[in-house]
Amino acid sequence: MSPRRVPAGSDATGRRDRPLRITVDGEPADGIAGQSLAGVLLAAGRLAWRRGPSGAARGVFCGIGVCFDCLVTVNAERDVRACRRRAQDGDEVTTQSRHTDRNPPPTADGTPGTEER
Amino acid sequence: MTTRVPRHVAVVGAGPAGLAAADAALGAGARVTLIDSAEQPGGQYHRMLPDAYDAAHPERLQHGWHAFDRRRRRVLAHPHCTWLPETTVWALERPAPEETGPPRLHLLRGPADGAGRTRHTLDPDALLLAVGAHDRVLPFPGWELPGVFTAGAAQALAKGERVVVGDHVTVAGSGPFLLPVAAALLEAGSRVSAVLEANPPSTVARGWSRRPWELAAQAGKTGELAIYTSALLRHRVPYRTGRTVIEARGDGRVEEVVSARLRPDWSVVPGSEHTTAADALCVTHGFSPQLELPLAAGCALRTTAAGPFVDTDDDQRTSRPEVYAAGEITGIAGAPAARAEGAVAGWIAGGGDPAAPAVRRLRRSRDQGRAFAERLARAHPIGAAWPGWLRPETVICRCEETDYASLCRAACDPAGASPRVAKLATRAGLGPCQARVCGPTVAELHTRLSGDPADGLPVAGPHRRPIAQPIRLGELAAPPEPLPHHAPRTPPKKESSS
Repeated sequence: MSPRRVPAGSDATGRRDRPLRITVDGEPADGIAGQSLAGVLLAAGRLAWRRGPSGAARGVFCGIGVCFDCLVTVNAERDVRACRRRAQDGDEVTTQSRHTDRNPPPTADGTPGTEER
Repeated sequence: MTTRVPRHVAVVGAGPAGLAAADAALGAGARVTLIDSAEQPGGQYHRMLPDAYDAAHPERLQHGWHAFDRRRRRVLAHPHCTWLPETTVWALERPAPEETGPPRLHLLRGPADGAGRTRHTLDPDALLLAVGAHDRVLPFPGWELPGVFTAGAAQALAKGERVVVGDHVTVAGSGPFLLPVAAALLEAGSRVSAVLEANPPSTVARGWSRRPWELAAQAGKTGELAIYTSALLRHRVPYRTGRTVIEARGDGRVEEVVSARLRPDWSVVPGSEHTTAADALCVTHGFSPQLELPLAAGCALRTTAAGPFVDTDDDQRTSRPEVYAAGEITGIAGAPAARAEGAVAGWIAGGGDPAAPAVRRLRRSRDQGRAFAERLARAHPIGAAWPGWLRPETVICRCEETDYASLCRAACDPAGASPRVAKLATRAGLGPCQARVCGPTVAELHTRLSGDPADGLPVAGPHRRPIAQPIRLGELAAPPEPLPHHAPRTPPKKESSS
């Protein structure tokens, strides 16, 4: 089984959900207003979305913005901590990788490529 | 006080310590700017549900909600308080040697890691740091697998957005924090297979039962722990001492966890391994104070058995003029102690009378909190033999995937035995998290392997960063914008009248 959201009907907090939808690498993922991007991804059944240097899968580890394991690209903004960023309806999330096979060579002016530094 | 011009206190961090500090500084007549990276005050301890959840009963997830809620409303609605949510302090600029006063704050306001954040500077009369701590997790084979979470992550997701990390969860590590995390998971509908406290009953009992009168003074805290313990009993969750998770296994994610019995020094008892199916594992071995900003401000640290913390005097002053510290960065003692420290710090920083009877009571309460912190450290130490569960291929630095064998090689190579050379050779601590997670572990392992304390900065090293939080080049290039004297404020949402 995977992470999931407590169903609103059985939630002791008596919350009232307003749905939102984001896309992850083009695929839709449904969440509710107020969730972090990490929360939306987890509750949508994705336990991992980033790849480390070896290609190993990563998702949420610290959940409070310390470990940087959960980095994603949001609407063309790179290196956003998914656990810290509130999801907005329509956000386009692109997953990131530090896997060397996917790392493009540095650009001509010596700045790093578009993959993570 | 005869001063007519109110002092301006910048409080960084709006958890229990920072909020109490803001409250006390306002009470002393000061003007307060309260800064937090989150959208709402509360910190990790009082992590609130998002406003958008429109929750009728937020109090059901929070210990001590009503007192927190009253304080939050009082502080945020105070005419002399400017509340800056979603604001990070990315640098502190120290004054020139001949100048007095606290450092200048460099702020970024806007959604986390967003490209469009605005830059501001702030020059307060006093800087009060209450930035808190995060879980310290020791490495073990498989800890980098998806499905392994820090205990803090599991709690933040359950309390802060009603997401449970799994259905069959093991909670392991050391310290009283294991209990609220397990209770939060149970409340949200997870099954918790077991709560594993690594320290044996003898160590835990020695810490908790010595000088029981100190516990009475922390009645709030022990009562809170009793509530969590009863939740475990109700759900028949076993709480085992002297046992911990030494490996997480699975194909691309956690599928099972291996636990083992530990001796008091945390060496593994051979043959005691036990494998349990799990879809999530929550781990914490204690807390690391967030020392980047205190170090950027130049604050002296004190070294304790539980690691380095910001050194403060009886009035919560640090070694730097007009810089105060409160809460977990001065010692891990829980919310009641953090509140007392925050109140002392806020009152003094705000220009309040140091001899006022109220502040004397607060100092007493703070001292009881510190005694409680020492007790916690004694009851839940990290056993010296923990590296025994590491294997050559165990990842130590999560960002760079540096394994234990590489660290051993670098530490034992006489040419590269300096920690800085070893760091460059292994890349441990050089990844996106900038050693926030592995720093204390790498420093400890390096010292043990090479017998060489790291460049005279054995423990503080990992926290020294010229830029305390990531900033984008575009934001750095933009000139700072004036900060409104009173930032636009939305009134706190009304509490349900039920």
